[in-house]
Amino acid sequence: MALEILAAGPLATVQDMGREGMGSLGYRRCGAADKYAMRLANILAGNMKAGTDVPERAAAIEFTLSGGRIRFTKAGRIALAGADMSPKLDGEDIPMYASVQVRAGQILELGFAARGLRMYLAVGGGINTKPVLGSRSTDCACALGGADGRALRAGDILETGKFTEQVGAFALGEDYFWLKRPSHPYRSVGEQLLPVLRVVAGPQEEAFTEEAKENLRRGVYQVTSDSNRMACRLKGPALAAKGGSDILSDGIVEGSIQVAANGLPMVMLADHQTTGGYAKIGTVISTDIPAIAQRKPGECIGFTYITPKEAGEAYRKEVRKLEWLKQEMITH
Amino acid sequence: MAVFEQRIAEEVSREVMALADALKTLENEGIRETVPAFASLLVYYDPLKLDYGTLEQKIRTLAGRNGKKAGTAGKTVKIPVCYGGRYGEDLRDVAEHANLSEEEVVRIHSGRDYRIYMLGFLPGFPYLGGLDERLFTPRLESPRTRIPAGSVGIGGKQTGIYPMASPGGWRIIGRTPLTLFDPGGAGKLPYHAGDAIRFVPISEAEFERMRKTAAEADRADEHLEAYV
Repeated sequence: MALEILAAGPLATVQDMGREGMGSLGYRRCGAADKYAMRLANILAGNMKAGTDVPERAAAIEFTLSGGRIRFTKAGRIALAGADMSPKLDGEDIPMYASVQVRAGQILELGFAARGLRMYLAVGGGINTKPVLGSRSTDCACALGGADGRALRAGDILETGKFTEQVGAFALGEDYFWLKRPSHPYRSVGEQLLPVLRVVAGPQEEAFTEEAKENLRRGVYQVTSDSNRMACRLKGPALAAKGGSDILSDGIVEGSIQVAANGLPMVMLADHQTTGGYAKIGTVISTDIPAIAQRKPGECIGFTYITPKEAGEAYRKEVRKLEWLKQEMITH
Repeated sequence: MAVFEQRIAEEVSREVMALADALKTLENEGIRETVPAFASLLVYYDPLKLDYGTLEQKIRTLAGRNGKKAGTAGKTVKIPVCYGGRYGEDLRDVAEHANLSEEEVVRIHSGRDYRIYMLGFLPGFPYLGGLDERLFTPRLESPRTRIPAGSVGIGGKQTGIYPMASPGGWRIIGRTPLTLFDPGGAGKLPYHAGDAIRFVPISEAEFERMRKTAAEADRADEHLEAYV
C-alpha cells in the first residue's frame, strides 16, 4: 500500500510511539500526542502484536484540527481514531474506530475536527518512512524522522510496510473512545462536563504554596491558543511558588506540569524538551495524556491528585483494555 | 525522579551518575531509561514489570550503597576549536568585557577541563561546569536567530557548544569542526554526562582541513549506504 498527500491540513506529521532511550543525550521523544488513539487505529488497521505487552510500534499520520485529502495509490486496510474529522472516502461517509478496506485510487477527505483535536490515520503495515534513532516519529524542532524531519505537505508520497495481521472488518463505535475508554473522573461546571486529569504530585510540589495546590485541585483551566505539540498552555487560577519558579534544571516527562514565573501551568506533551528549569507542581499520569492532547484551544480541564500506586493501577487497567480489543479482533 | 542535594557540584553529579550506572543493570527488571541532570536522575520505568513502591525502595538502597563513593570516572574528550575570527565573532567583546586580550581569553578558556553535568535543551547540548569567573559575560541583549552548528559560546556563568544550528543568545567565541549532531548515524555523541570536555585551540587552516576530512567521510558513508 502507498498513499499520496493531496492536502495536509494545518499540521500533519508521521508519528509512532516515540524515540525512546535517547533522553540522556538530549533527544526529544516526540511520538503521537495521543498515543492511545494511535494505538487503537493501529490495532484496527491490523498492526498489532496480540498477547504481548509490546505496544503497537507502527507509524501513523497525526492530523491536527482539520484534516486534508489523501489518495491511496494501492489497496489496503486503514483505520481512523481520535478527533472526529467526518471522514469521507470518495465522497461517502466512513466510520471512525473501524477497520476499513480501501481500493487503489480512492480518496480520503477529512474535515474540521467536530470533537477532539488530533486524528490518527493508521494503514496496514504502518507508514514506512526511514527510522531515525529507532523511531519514525517526526521531531520538527530538530528536523528528525518522518518525512525529512518536517510536517507533511501536498505531494508527499508515503510507502507502507508489509501487512502483518489479517483482520476482518471490525467497528468499535465512537462511544468507546469518548465515553467508555477514559477512566479519569469528570466534574460538572455549570452546563459543562469537565474532564478531570489525574496528577501525581512532585517533583517540586513542596516549592508551591498551599493555595497553589488548592487552586490546581479546584480550578478550571482553559487551553490557550499558543498550545502546540510541545506543551498545552493553560490559563486559570495562578500557581505561586514560594521561592520563585526557577529551579536547578532537571528532567521533564510527558505530562510534567511546569509553572513559569507568571504562575500559569503548562502541561508538557510529546515534543517536550528533555530537561527544563521551571518548577513542576506535578505530573499528569500517562493514561490521561490523551484527554488533554484532544482538547482544543478554548476548552477546559480540571485536575485531581492521586498516588503513584493508583497511577500504576490506572495504567495496567488501560493495557488490559487494549489486550481485550486485540483478542476481540482476532476472534472476530 | 531521584532528587539529590540541590546544588551544582562535582560530588553531587558523581552520585547522580553512579545511580544511573547502577540502574543500567536493572533493564530487564523494568527500568527503561534514565535522564541525569545537575542534581537529579529521572527514571522511566515499566509499570507492568515494576511497581512504584518497589522501584523507590530499590533506588533508595542503590543510592545509599553508592553513597558518597564516586561512580566510574568519566573520560576527558578533546574538542578542537578555532577561536575568534569568522568562527568566533564575539571573542573580541568577551575579551573587552573581561579586560583581557583575545589570546588570554583563549588561553583561560582552553586551559581547563569542564565537567559535563547534563545534556539537554538540544540533542548533544552539554551543560558544563567550571568556567573561569574572569570569562563570565552577559548574554546578548537580543538572541541571534541562527547560531551555526559547532559554535562554542559563553552565556553568563556558563560555557557550552551548540551541536546543531539553533537560535541563541550566547556570545560565540569559536567553532569546532567536529560533527556532534549526526542523527543519520547512531545518534552517538563523543561525550556523555559525567565526562569532561577540554577545548583545544586550532588554526583556521586546521579547521578547514578537518571539515574537509569530515565531509569526505560523510560522502564515503553515503556511498556505502547506497550499496547496503
